[in-house]
Amino acid sequence: MSTVYNLKREVEKPVRLTGGHRLCAGCGAGVVVAGVLRALHKEDRAVVVNATSCLQVSTFMYPYTAYVDSYIHSAFENSAATCAGVEAAYNALQRRGKVEGNVKFITFAGDGGTYDIGFQSLSGAMERGHDMVYVCYDNEAYMNTGIQRSSSTPRFARTTTSPVGSVQPGKKQNKKDLTEILVAHHIPYVAQTAPLGNFRDLHIKSYNAIYTKGPCFLNVLAPCPRGWDYPMARLAEIIQLAVDTCVWPLYEVEEGVWRLTYIPKKKLPVEDFLRPQGRFRHMFQKGNEWMIEEAQRYVDEKWERLLERTGA
Amino acid sequence: MSHRLSGNEAIAYAMKQIDPDVMGAFPITPSTEIPEYFAQYVANGEVNTEYVAVESEHSSMSVCIAAQAAGARAVCATSSCGLALMYELLYVAASCRLPISLVCVNRALSGPININHDYSDSMGGRDSGWIQIYAENNQEAYDNFIMAMPIGEHPNVRLPVMTCMDGFITSHAVENIELLETDVVRRFIGEYNPEHYLLKRENPLAVGPYDLSPYYMEHKVMQAEAMKAAKVRILEVAAKFEKISGRCYGLFEEYRMEDAELALVLMGSTAGTAKAAVDKLREDGVKAGLVKTRVFRPFPGQELARALAGTRAVAVMDKSEGFSANGGPLFAETRSALYDLKERPYLIDIVYGLGGRDVKVEDIEKVFGRLADIAVTGEIGPLYTHMGQRSKGGDR
Repeated sequence: MSTVYNLKREVEKPVRLTGGHRLCAGCGAGVVVAGVLRALHKEDRAVVVNATSCLQVSTFMYPYTAYVDSYIHSAFENSAATCAGVEAAYNALQRRGKVEGNVKFITFAGDGGTYDIGFQSLSGAMERGHDMVYVCYDNEAYMNTGIQRSSSTPRFARTTTSPVGSVQPGKKQNKKDLTEILVAHHIPYVAQTAPLGNFRDLHIKSYNAIYTKGPCFLNVLAPCPRGWDYPMARLAEIIQLAVDTCVWPLYEVEEGVWRLTYIPKKKLPVEDFLRPQGRFRHMFQKGNEWMIEEAQRYVDEKWERLLERTGA
Repeated sequence: MSHRLSGNEAIAYAMKQIDPDVMGAFPITPSTEIPEYFAQYVANGEVNTEYVAVESEHSSMSVCIAAQAAGARAVCATSSCGLALMYELLYVAASCRLPISLVCVNRALSGPININHDYSDSMGGRDSGWIQIYAENNQEAYDNFIMAMPIGEHPNVRLPVMTCMDGFITSHAVENIELLETDVVRRFIGEYNPEHYLLKRENPLAVGPYDLSPYYMEHKVMQAEAMKAAKVRILEVAAKFEKISGRCYGLFEEYRMEDAELALVLMGSTAGTAKAAVDKLREDGVKAGLVKTRVFRPFPGQELARALAGTRAVAVMDKSEGFSANGGPLFAETRSALYDLKERPYLIDIVYGLGGRDVKVEDIEKVFGRLADIAVTGEIGPLYTHMGQRSKGGDR
């Protein structure tokens, strides 16, 4: 970016996701979408694409849209192909002189629509090289249908389809590392971020993704007060803990070059992130100490590998 | 211009003449040649089209939906399981009122997997809100595709159009065909200038809402009204098309029906075989006739009833199994259409040709033979039977 990030200046821009939408208080999704769209130049237009999701049903319930820009939702598993279709139309119509000005194409989908059912569509669109941004707002489960496990749900988390029982400790599998899978697509820009603090990290990565030509991918942590079971006022704190425990490291890969964008002053133990969330409550029961140890080991290993890759 | 082309070549050539903005392309037998031929036009710089070679039919329809919503003309071609993979999105396309043009080269659905012709694929999408027009031969496949956009894009209609042709029989067989001049086609199609679209600068648009009970039903009624309006529009476009081509199309074709007492109702390339059988029987003094269904959605129920009103016995021939245990889909529609006639003909259903099982002139003659018996005895026998399968004894 040509100028230094200034939150005050950014929030003075006209909003592109208006208030009055129906997302829950304390939901990360709305913060993510507003934050990403804020990175658009004021004079540029956008077409926003949604996968079916909490976000979709909350921001475009007929006859009210919360988006200032044009918007399209088609289905759950095809938001990347949908964005690709709009971009293809733009290219064709521009060649015919039928559309003017800069238009950016930005997709928002949850982790269910990205890690799971929309994975093929995403991979295809990235491989084909459309000039688009795909943003996964990752709340680590199917929240729109009432908290079911996805391949993004972390190990031990309790969901309605990975319940805690006498022979099952919540979800049995680790979270899929989608960001690395997208890095393996060798697209121009991939980043993992979160609406942290003054939103600087989210803003700069959104700007990079929007204004880098070609397919770009952002994986953005977006906590869910219902599914994660935390008091809604603690959203910002939960995000901070995810980052400071290195459960959700912030990094970017630009043209194949890995770069850490945030190193915690003091790396906190993973239990600090787990404790405020009801979905991990069982991990703190007597006899379940091994779960916390396993979770810590997993985070440490991944963090070490990331440090090596980024040369930090 | 007189040419010799396969059905797939004819469609690809029609697409080139139209020069659509976006094509969602994914191969599946027997429609694969359409995106192949078209890819060469793209490679040669002969079209302006954005050719999006996607990773599945689900994505090709998704691309078409988004592109059409963005203000572009979008086309694609598919068959069988490819169409089945699109089913969810066929409904989305129709409900968003997007006049996409899709060519369905009909092929049997799995399972077991089979690459040959029947209508199980497009019949599965018959209630998705798409206009469906079926072709008997290459010429009709070409003509129907040229008419698709003027039908679907009309403000009273705004519905996607599926033009269907028989896999291999029509898609791969090379026939003589009359092609229109490209400038004539372009004038006939006209520019696509939708009222609202995503890329419109002056007025952003939101497409694909969460639509609950206060509005959903109104939207569905509007869709239903559009399908009724499509019937009128199809005939208007056919009349205009006749002026540029000399070829005349209705909702269905009546062949030697003027005084017919025994009639068949069927669709697609079997009509050619059936016409030969009708001619043969007419020579023997049998008052045989044929109604070839062309437009299946919207279904021309009243018109069909009028066409069959004077007959004594009718066999509907379904080239797809509906597994309703009560006959195939064309039978259900036809039988329902005849209900309001004061004097109804006897009516039977014959399911034939599944997975490409051949049907010959003699087979059709046998069907007429059965109709003749029914007309005399008044006994229809079994209402719904299959034809052409091996019996347990081993003969056919």
